[in-house]
Amino acid sequence: MSDALLAELTLGPPIEAGAHAAATASALARADREGLVEVALAHQDSPIGVLTLAATSAGLVRVGFPREHDTMADELAVELSPRVVELPKRLDRVRRQLDEYFAGRRRDFDLDVDLRLARGFRRTVLERLYEDVGYGQTRSYLELAAMAGSPRASRAVGSAMATNPVPIVVPCHRVLRTGGALGGYGGGLDVKRWLLALEGAGGQLPFDGSGGAQPSFEARSS
Amino acid sequence: MPTPTTTVPFQAVLDAHGSALHRHLVGVLGPHDGADAYQETLLAALRAWPPRHDGNLRAWLFTVAHRKVIDHARARDRRPVPVGSVPEHGSSGGIGAGPDLDLWAVVRSLPDKQRAAVALRHGDDWSYADIAAVLGISEAAVRQNVTAGLDRLREVLT
Repeated sequence: MSDALLAELTLGPPIEAGAHAAATASALARADREGLVEVALAHQDSPIGVLTLAATSAGLVRVGFPREHDTMADELAVELSPRVVELPKRLDRVRRQLDEYFAGRRRDFDLDVDLRLARGFRRTVLERLYEDVGYGQTRSYLELAAMAGSPRASRAVGSAMATNPVPIVVPCHRVLRTGGALGGYGGGLDVKRWLLALEGAGGQLPFDGSGGAQPSFEARSS
Repeated sequence: MPTPTTTVPFQAVLDAHGSALHRHLVGVLGPHDGADAYQETLLAALRAWPPRHDGNLRAWLFTVAHRKVIDHARARDRRPVPVGSVPEHGSSGGIGAGPDLDLWAVVRSLPDKQRAAVALRHGDDWSYADIAAVLGISEAAVRQNVTAGLDRLREVLT
């Protein structure tokens, strides 16, 4: 055997640096124009770690915390469609607004949100939360249950929060226990506390129970 | 019995095999046609995604690619070939390793099955079984194609 020949074959043909990424990006952009990409993915650095973002043609469908970085594509392939592709361009608007939010320069997201991963009452709860609980405000699980039309369904509200597919943008961090205890958070309680502080709602604000908590700028009330 | 469609995200296949696929196509078609065939393969694969296929998604992807290679090779054969770009005989004119006499240019001049078999077996360390799946021929036939292709490379290059 001519081992020099085999060794040269093993090295493979030369490829220009950057050519692979460019060819891939170009093919995926074309696939997107042809409507072949059903779930577009992007990763976005943020003060709470790298977020994984996913969009369908209807809008932002998923925001994943850092611990979900490696599993989200697999989950979305099962739950939505296996035509999942990294296509950051489709998420440019989301990424820009998240950057502004984390920099303290944006209070409201102006985004199409696709809540198809939440069903029934959970979806109703998330819709109310997205539309009616603004920056720096907080609500209790009970209040949100009432807002969604089922005042006794605070446990169902709890599970809607725990399974919120679009955290941060649909602000489940603004939902606390009656009395102001933090409750739970998919991204971890440190992150919940951090987001509330960012919004000037403080980490442990005493809750006035009126359902009309106003934004507070005392970041560290005690 | 129908095979279930895969639930693997297309991105996972791209991450796992995209780079090797591109390199393979540049090897068998050259940088320009190779990049074109790579993009065409991704589009065709995404159109067909998810395949009714539960096993070897790499072989499935390269099967899609192989059809594109054959299309490009046919188109190339119809184009006028610049003198000296594909060596027909073992010319040792020049220093022997000029841009027109490089190994992969000779690989590109091989018949379809030999070209694919040599590039996959020795360029990307594939098993004979996987190559057989891509080319739709027996493993014995793959071995014959690899041997014949290597013989031809040696004949031209040494």
